[in-house]
Amino acid sequence: MSVGETRVEINSDQDIVIARQKGRVLASELGFSSGDATLIATAISELARNIVSYAHKGEIKVKGIQNSTRVGILVVASDDGPGIADIRQALRDGFSTSGSLGLGLPGVRRLMDEFEITSQLGRGTIVAVKKWRQ
Amino acid sequence: MEVPILKQGAFLIATFQAALSDADLNHLRMGLVQQVVKFRSRAVIVDVTAMDVMDSFASRTLREIAHMIRLRGAETVIVGIQPEVAFAMVQLGLTLEGVATALDLEEGLAYLNEKFKISN
Repeated sequence: MSVGETRVEINSDQDIVIARQKGRVLASELGFSSGDATLIATAISELARNIVSYAHKGEIKVKGIQNSTRVGILVVASDDGPGIADIRQALRDGFSTSGSLGLGLPGVRRLMDEFEITSQLGRGTIVAVKKWRQ
Repeated sequence: MEVPILKQGAFLIATFQAALSDADLNHLRMGLVQQVVKFRSRAVIVDVTAMDVMDSFASRTLREIAHMIRLRGAETVIVGIQPEVAFAMVQLGLTLEGVATALDLEEGLAYLNEKFKISN
C-alpha cells in the first residue's frame, strides 16, 4: 500500500542534499507537518552522510507506508560498505554527532519513531527508519 | 553554490542558501576567515534563515567557523535558525556552544552595534 516512492543514489555530498529534499517533498505529500518533514529530512541527511563517509556509495529509498490506522514514511539507507563492527556502541549516545567521529545514529533514532539496523562486516549496512503521521 | 558574503562596515554578513552541500560549507569556512583577515572585520553574522536542515556536519562547520573567527579576535553571530530546525537540532543532540545567536539579521546587527558601539 505504498503512497509514493523515491530512490536516490548516494555517491557524493551533493546527493545528500538531493536525498533530503526529495524526502521532504514526499513527507509533505504524505501530509506530515512541516516540523515533522524537517525531522525526516534531517534524519535522511544524517543517514546519507554516513553512506558518503563510510561506504562512499549506496542508496536512500523513501516511501509512504500505511498500517490499519496510520500513514507513515519509511526511509531505508543501504550500502555495501565496511559494515559496523559494534552496533551497540554505534547506537550509544556520546559516541556520535557532536564530535568528529560517530555515526549520529542515536540522533536519527530520536528523530524517528521506529529504527532498525542490520550490518555485516565487509558486507554493508541497512538502516530502516519509520515515522508515523500524528 | 556560493554563499554571498556582504561587507557592512566592520561586520561581514554571510547568507546561507537552502541547499548547501558539504563542499559549499567547507568553501564558505575558508572564504569567511580570509575575508575577516582581509577587511579586518570585527564580527561576522551568519544568516541561516533559508536553511531547512541543519545536520551534524552543518552544525560542526558553524562551530568551527565561529572558533576560527574568534581566534582571529572577531566574533560570530548565527542568526535565523528556524524553530523547526532548532527542534531537530535538539533531537539530534547538536549544540552551538559558545556561539552567539540572535533571532534574525536585525537583532544580530543590534547586538553587535551595542557590543562595539564604543569603537564604531
